[in-house]
Amino acid sequence: MSIIQTEKLSKQFKTSPGDVVHAVQDVTLSVEQGTIFGFLGPNGAGKSTTMHMLTTLLAPSGGSARIVGYDLLKEAPQIRQQIGFVSQLGGLKESATGREQLLLYAQLHGLNRKEAVKRITELSDTLELSHFIDRPISTYSGGQKRRIDLATGIVHKPKLLFLDEPTTALDPQSRARLWAEVEKLRDQGTTVFLTTHYMDEADALCDRIAVMDHGQVIAEDTPAGLKQHMSSDAITIETEPHLLNTTSESLARLPFVHTIHPEDTRLHVYVDGGDRVLPEILSTVEVVHSVTMTRPTLDDVFLHLTGRSLRENSN
Amino acid sequence: MPKLIRDTRLLLTMHIQDTLRNPVFLIMGLVQPVIWLLLFAPLLEGLMHVPGFEGSHAIGFFAPGLLVMLAVVSTLFAGMGVINDVREGIIEKLRVTPVARFALPLSLIARDGIMLMMQMGMLLLIGGLLGLRPDPVGLALLFPLIMLVGLFVASISYVLALSLKNEYALSGAANFFLLPLVLLSGISLPLTLAPPFLQLLGSINPFSHAVNAARALSQGHLAHTAVSSGFVLFAMLFALAFVWSVRSFRSITR
Repeated sequence: MSIIQTEKLSKQFKTSPGDVVHAVQDVTLSVEQGTIFGFLGPNGAGKSTTMHMLTTLLAPSGGSARIVGYDLLKEAPQIRQQIGFVSQLGGLKESATGREQLLLYAQLHGLNRKEAVKRITELSDTLELSHFIDRPISTYSGGQKRRIDLATGIVHKPKLLFLDEPTTALDPQSRARLWAEVEKLRDQGTTVFLTTHYMDEADALCDRIAVMDHGQVIAEDTPAGLKQHMSSDAITIETEPHLLNTTSESLARLPFVHTIHPEDTRLHVYVDGGDRVLPEILSTVEVVHSVTMTRPTLDDVFLHLTGRSLRENSN
Repeated sequence: MPKLIRDTRLLLTMHIQDTLRNPVFLIMGLVQPVIWLLLFAPLLEGLMHVPGFEGSHAIGFFAPGLLVMLAVVSTLFAGMGVINDVREGIIEKLRVTPVARFALPLSLIARDGIMLMMQMGMLLLIGGLLGLRPDPVGLALLFPLIMLVGLFVASISYVLALSLKNEYALSGAANFFLLPLVLLSGISLPLTLAPPFLQLLGSINPFSHAVNAARALSQGHLAHTAVSSGFVLFAMLFALAFVWSVRSFRSITR
């Protein structure tokens, strides 16, 4: 059963008179209950705008959607009862303690005080919040703040949890920890919809991924399926900058080469049966500083789909 | 309705805790009137025979005006907090919950009212130590009058904050209005001393009517027309400004 179903969801912004930005264009997708669904793309691709529409924060300019069985355009209050949202901004009151904020959000979702206190004790145990939950949030580290963020998003046990760039600016340890928590939530039946511009995050965590660029979904599949679309191996050759163009042209003439993407001093060459054809490729390139060959990663998928590397866009 | 009351109470608790933990604004609002009371009131003592002062006690003449000043300066920057809450994503986070939308402006204005009453109590206490002896019934009526004045200013501050969305712009706009409004309200010196053009400007300034009402109340002239007109004027101004601010809030809370 799908818990999110969108039909040509769109959002336009008028920046100045006569100038319209199409932030999100005709996004049609379906998210199955009990899965982790990833929205992958560079900053400015329209991921957050889409998420703001799905969480009832932003009115769509066009299209429709059903969230947790309710009509997004007509039944926003019912949707808010069933979803949790952890935004990029955090949105915690810095002067409050973690426990006070959790109590507030639990009660705003309709739990009575007794239920709220019980639920917070439970969360404090599972998310290991006990050693900082009663301190003011202004004293928290980035990782601690993110854990309270997550806790306020799930304090009312939502069916559907939205996470906007959940691990941006987190250290590797806190990141791994958050991934584990998200997986645990999924295993308990919560559907998680997250945006990310990290390939490894989408790859490690998500059951399905939609790749977004310039406001449009340009591909949607499982991580394995996306990688399979490009069955070819990725060979990265580092050469002299002034040889980039000529090398690229001569490589393109080889029959087993699918695609070539130049980037700085490197060429990403996608070929069939990389191990067999590598010698021939190397003999075609005049100057080789280094060469690596990998099975395709989601990074390569993104490069292949958009012609741009995700990493250069993520800063 | 019970949900609105419950949500307002929940948010009010958060706002009051927040204000008491960062009492800078609370103290700042009180500091100005206290300084005027300590350093300016003695200057007036020698002028009490001048027409317009009506031979009253300097502190008795001056303190009611300072309550109006307190109501203005302590609520003028109420909008600052909202700009911060929007930028930090606090409003956004609340909007994703089923919170009653009206609870957001209601809890803020309730917080402003409660804090103003606390400050007013403190200012009256200091005034009392300096010899202020207002009429008891008038004093009881001063609280709702000052409350109306303060909540009117707070509502305007929210409207400005939500349209300017920038602390510096809000602070600039507030200070631009503050000085002429205070000068033309007769808080420090009675406007009866002023030349005709200043008297005219003063009578257009709503705060001069609040000062007159406050002065009449503290002197026990409860039936004075200044009292009823001050109450009616600020009840209307507050009602209009509050509706306007609720509409402004709707632009960010949908």
